[in-house]
Amino acid sequence: MLTKRIIPCLDIKDGRVVKGVSFIGLRDAGDPLELAQRYNDQSADELVFLDITASHEKRGLTVDLAARLARVLFIPFTIGGGISRLEDIHQIVTAGADKVSINTAAVLNPELISQGAERFGSQCIVVAMDVKRQGEHWEVFTHGGRRPTGIDAEQWALEVERRGAGEILLTSMDQDGQLTGYDLEITARISQSVSIPVIASGGGGTIEHFYDAFTRGHADAVLAASVFHYGTFTVSDVKHALRAKNLPMRLPPESNNGQELAPSG
Amino acid sequence: MIAIIDYGVGNLYNLKNALDYQQIGNEIVRRPEHLERFDHIILPGVGAFKPAMDRLRDAEMAAAVSERVAAGVPFLGVCVGLQLLFDFSEEDGTHEGLGLISGCVTRFAHDLKIPQIGWNQVAFQRADPLLQGIPDRSYFYFVHSYHARLDDPRNGLGLADYGETFAAIVQKGNVWGVQFHPEKSQHPGLRLLKNFAAIQPA
Repeated sequence: MLTKRIIPCLDIKDGRVVKGVSFIGLRDAGDPLELAQRYNDQSADELVFLDITASHEKRGLTVDLAARLARVLFIPFTIGGGISRLEDIHQIVTAGADKVSINTAAVLNPELISQGAERFGSQCIVVAMDVKRQGEHWEVFTHGGRRPTGIDAEQWALEVERRGAGEILLTSMDQDGQLTGYDLEITARISQSVSIPVIASGGGGTIEHFYDAFTRGHADAVLAASVFHYGTFTVSDVKHALRAKNLPMRLPPESNNGQELAPSG
Repeated sequence: MIAIIDYGVGNLYNLKNALDYQQIGNEIVRRPEHLERFDHIILPGVGAFKPAMDRLRDAEMAAAVSERVAAGVPFLGVCVGLQLLFDFSEEDGTHEGLGLISGCVTRFAHDLKIPQIGWNQVAFQRADPLLQGIPDRSYFYFVHSYHARLDDPRNGLGLADYGETFAAIVQKGNVWGVQFHPEKSQHPGLRLLKNFAAIQPA
């Protein structure tokens, strides 16, 4: 059975992790590789690195980071932030990232989704959408949530699917940073209207919130940052708790009761 | 030494990374006449079946692959590389594959999310050198919309469930195929690649 995915997200600036991360025993809390390894050890299913580097000339550091990650990290990882051209996708994927996430550029130039999917495969193209509730509807915002677009989130989700996006990373701006739970309503609406996987993001504060996102929100994966960075709980805490509530979760091999098959005959 | 076939379909470097990480000798190979220098061959691939098969033929790799397989070289198809092993695929019409294992590649016929993206458990059907030291029902990372339907169930070495039971690992003689990405499947995936490298040519 396909498991539900838990995805920690790390903010990266100039090739380093920003936002305080408070693991005990880290040699260098700013080293993306050390943190990635830590989450990997906790059975994170994937990792997302969000590049918030402002200057274009320093983006090479992100490409270098993707290459360094790919040499030691054998789970899928996504790099997002500032990707606006096919060439950006090409560089990051060639460096070893499995997927890129595109947000503002997808709205400004939806052809980027189609062309990216055509050239690199749908599996590579994650469209990130930042949405905010406006009465009975949700509006898409760009530029890190600063600019309203007038675009309806549910319509946009259908369009990105039609254009070949492989997944949708849906962030509720209302819930983001609140630690009061994911926006279950828009997550469920979008997840049930598209046939591609939806990753819920924004608002995870308790393990119960993850459970709700998967069940009532129909999310295929859940992304979180601060609860993991500040050690409120670990990825494996979430997975053990959710498996106990009968959600399919990937746990380390010793938890699966799997035995190597003995040669017969 | 393992040849990773480069025929312009997808990123080969993560497979290379997974082999390099384990200090397993490998080279990316673009010319069909170079294949015979290698005692193991990996055929990667992402995207759609037809462009992949077309490129494999255009690179004159299809015939070279069949020749090396007939010579007994251990061969591993990964993702679309598994699908290319079969007689034909129903993706965007009907298209002929390498025909190394009988069966066809067909789309998931259910209303679950397609593509299947994520970690799924694989039930091993028998002991095999490829699976040595890997616990049964380990999780592997999948990204795909199509899967192989086997004519002979004995070619199914590992089965997984996604709305229906499908072949996640196939094997026939010296040919293996994995529908998942071993290079992205952590310990079980790395071990599988290491096991493949250790299989003795016939």
